[in-house]
Amino acid sequence: MNMSGNSIVKRIDWLTVLFFVLLVGIGWLNIYSSTFTEDNPNIFDLSQLYGKQMLYIGVSFIAIIVILALEANSYERFASIFYIISMVLLLGLFIFGKTIAGATSWYDLGVFNLQPSEFAKMATALALAKYLSDIQTDIKRWKDQLYAFLIILIPVVLVIPQPDPGSALVFFSLVFVMFREGLPLYHLGIALLAVLLFIFTLMFGTIWVAIGISLLIGIVFLFKRKTLKIPLIPLIVFFIIAIGFSLSVDLVFNKVFEQRHRDRFSLWLRLEKDPVKLAEIKKTIGYNTYQSEKAIESGGFFGKGFLEGTRTKGDFVPEQHTDYIFSTVGEEWGFLGTATVVILFTLMLLRLVYLSERQKNQFSRMYGYGVISILLIHYFINIGMVIGILPTIGIPLPFFSYGGSGLLGFTVLLFIFLRLDANRLNEWS
Amino acid sequence: MKKILLSSIIIIVGIVFIGRLSYLQIFSFSPNQVLEDPAIKAIYDYPERGYIYDRNGDLLVANQPAYDVMVIPREVKPLDTLEFCGLLGIEKEDFKKKLKKARVYSPRLPSVLVHQLSKEDYARLQEKMRKYQGFYIQKRSLRYYTTNSGANVLGYISEVNERDLARNPYYVQGELTGRTGIEKQYEEVLRGRKGVKYIQKDRFNRDIGPYKDGALDTLPQQGQEIRVTLDKDLQEYGELLMRGKRGGIVAIEPKSGEILTMISGPTYDPSLLVGRQRSRNYSRLHYDSISKPTWDRSILAEPSPGSPFKILNALVALEEGVINPSTTIRCYNGFYVGRTLRGCHCGGGLRTMNSGIYKSCNAYFAGTFRKIYDKFETTDQGMDVWEKHMKSFGLGDYLGYDLPTGRKGRIPGKEYYDRVYGDNRWSSSYIISNAIGQGEVAATPIQLANMTAAIANRGYYYTPHIIKQIGGKDISIPEFTKKKFTTISPEHFEPVIQGMAEVYTKGTAKWLQIPGIDIAGKTGTVENFTKIDGVRTQLTDHSVFVAFAPVNDPKIAIAVYIENGYYGSRYAGHIASLLIEKYTKGEISRKDLEKRMLEKTLEHEYAKPYSGEEFKINEYVW
Repeated sequence: MNMSGNSIVKRIDWLTVLFFVLLVGIGWLNIYSSTFTEDNPNIFDLSQLYGKQMLYIGVSFIAIIVILALEANSYERFASIFYIISMVLLLGLFIFGKTIAGATSWYDLGVFNLQPSEFAKMATALALAKYLSDIQTDIKRWKDQLYAFLIILIPVVLVIPQPDPGSALVFFSLVFVMFREGLPLYHLGIALLAVLLFIFTLMFGTIWVAIGISLLIGIVFLFKRKTLKIPLIPLIVFFIIAIGFSLSVDLVFNKVFEQRHRDRFSLWLRLEKDPVKLAEIKKTIGYNTYQSEKAIESGGFFGKGFLEGTRTKGDFVPEQHTDYIFSTVGEEWGFLGTATVVILFTLMLLRLVYLSERQKNQFSRMYGYGVISILLIHYFINIGMVIGILPTIGIPLPFFSYGGSGLLGFTVLLFIFLRLDANRLNEWS
Repeated sequence: MKKILLSSIIIIVGIVFIGRLSYLQIFSFSPNQVLEDPAIKAIYDYPERGYIYDRNGDLLVANQPAYDVMVIPREVKPLDTLEFCGLLGIEKEDFKKKLKKARVYSPRLPSVLVHQLSKEDYARLQEKMRKYQGFYIQKRSLRYYTTNSGANVLGYISEVNERDLARNPYYVQGELTGRTGIEKQYEEVLRGRKGVKYIQKDRFNRDIGPYKDGALDTLPQQGQEIRVTLDKDLQEYGELLMRGKRGGIVAIEPKSGEILTMISGPTYDPSLLVGRQRSRNYSRLHYDSISKPTWDRSILAEPSPGSPFKILNALVALEEGVINPSTTIRCYNGFYVGRTLRGCHCGGGLRTMNSGIYKSCNAYFAGTFRKIYDKFETTDQGMDVWEKHMKSFGLGDYLGYDLPTGRKGRIPGKEYYDRVYGDNRWSSSYIISNAIGQGEVAATPIQLANMTAAIANRGYYYTPHIIKQIGGKDISIPEFTKKKFTTISPEHFEPVIQGMAEVYTKGTAKWLQIPGIDIAGKTGTVENFTKIDGVRTQLTDHSVFVAFAPVNDPKIAIAVYIENGYYGSRYAGHIASLLIEKYTKGEISRKDLEKRMLEKTLEHEYAKPYSGEEFKINEYVW
């Protein structure tokens, strides 16, 4: 234990730790700014949100020490147990859950509310890594693919009724681990194609989509026929399926979706051409996004300065300290601040890819990819939503957003990987 | 591929984010967003609008407080509706409707419940106001007029509209701005600059303290009082005389170019456009398309000037040396254009320039006009010279006075006739009507008054203007203090003025002499036409008169234009005579003349074209 403690200080990836500290630090400053009131300047004041977040940071620090102190192989060993506990906790929400803001996602523990889905993310990543790294698993086999998918699907099925579609998406992101481990990429290609077809059909209608695909196929057929040797029949089948899908989009959009979903898409893709109705949508469901975009825009290049954000002070952006925390960065620190945060996330994620790739142990690598997938989807959807390029999906910004469960969950997620990474050279011990 | 998949996604996401952020924060960003920012509320401190005084320091326009009853629906507590409505002087149903409307607009923001309470209502209400939570009284400042004259020249103020807001970023919705006349022309002087306090708000619209500790706040700048060149008594008297008549009157002090009076008939009481009845009165006035009370005839009407224009033709002929004062021309009770005889009322016989003027002989001036053109080889050359002389009197173009509206009038040049008749297909015979001020020439009353002032000054004028003092200091605007010389040499004026003086002593206005004052003037009788059901129909002549007095030390130059007033010495001559006496002597000695003018109206003339029946014009009833 003593020996391993020393070696951990030497071997832990301090660069990732630095990114982590910077993101948590900047995050806390912005939470401070967005919840600040002049009469309570004490940063440890537990009656204030920034004081509570300070406490969570402290708790996370303790968690880091515990994680690093434990044996590296214990995570692999107990992965299944963590997973089962998490699923039970998610299941338990249906009976004991506390509803906050319309979602039954919390356990009321008296002193604070625990959101088990934050920990289920980590447990699912561990379980998936464990299953895929098993010597008997072959990702090329469809049965094993199915089991792997099942590991992801169970928590998805459990969080959707809460309702927490954001977390469901996060679990789905773990398919990236499978792609890394050999799941053929055309799965991804087909999924991407389906998403694009969906969007284009909504924006331009089936007829233009059909014309577009015909043109594309025509071009490919004329110029690449000899080199690619694509037979004609599958192309035609593809064409028919694509058109069929496109036609079903209209049906799903108008019959299956509810009005609020349709409105979100209308806003996102600017489908609504009537300016009066668009303004109406902007005011109602687009209100958060509109306000956060405006707040970010008003920051300009240099920002208004720390604690000087007028829209932040006026609480114009709802949920600003949680999901919309990035708009505070935009207003008070300007483009310099937002670009810095984006670059920090990018560097950290790239560093994690590098760390994962250098793992000799398959479990560690797969878990690393799980961590990256989870962080990336959070970061992508959250900032994408706040700056108005993605539809509204409630999901926190890792290390930034206010919330104990979230911060603790992300910290544990990351540091288990750093613990595994620190152990990569003596994994046999 | 599978190894770089995530890295590529991470980098692409980063680039997309940076791109979108630079679009938002660098390209869409505009630095001056303080007013757009919903978190910052500007609270304005309005300075009082400047007073307007007349040339003698008599107050014309001041301010009066008005009291609006405001309501903040969210703060309204249950109340004794019946008693409150009694105090406000409105019906209970009405009260409920207004309250509902205010709530729909915003439960948090104040709305006006009752506009502009009278002072009495305000006094009664004020002490009981505390009982009614959610209601309060807001003081506003309205214009207050000490005179019922001068509506058009003084102008009015009204709330800014979308166009004002787009044109001038100073204004904010709901503010007042000068809309016409002096109020518009001197808007910035009268208005001052509002002060502003920026308050930081939260999304519930609650104040949470000054923005940036008041670093951007400004203090209000007081509006300045102005003194205008109008003479209140003269203005009021003139409007009294104009009752029942349509037309325009402008009087100018020749020595300074100061406008002594500007009258347009029919007019209205400026107080009508203030207070609770404002919008109803406004529509009534604005949509009266027959008598057009808001159309300022003194600067917008462009009739043919008629016979006063003969004086200018005489001056041009003298300057060009084609006649001298003793040149004679025979009048055959008219003059021939080709073989047709055009009539004249002067009585016929041999005319000199002098008798040509005071008897207003058409033949004499037709002859004179021809002589001007005959001097030159081509009509084009003659036209250019004639046009240059005429325009030097301020005719045919904007005068440059300090009021926001006006018309050019018309001095037709060769291009005009080339357009009408074809290139070089016209000669002086075609345009002979201009000799007697009929035909194509046109002038606004203020141009006629200015022309008269130039004659009174023997060859120069000052640009007419309405402003005298700003903030207690005399104006020093070079445009208004520089002499503008006509192209006529000073020595040619005396014989012409002699003729104009004899208009009063033995000519067309000999019944209008003022005892003890030498006046020089000229009558005008202007034929005019209208279209009734598409048929060009002649109406009773317009009555025109220009005059200045005293002859040797002119203090007032005046032009009077009365629509369908028949011949010049009738309405226009009478009114000019009375106004000159009023201005120079302060009181009227000829009570019978005054009485006649006060009693006579021309409504029967104005009714003729709308009667739908055949009617006679130029009837000799008096």
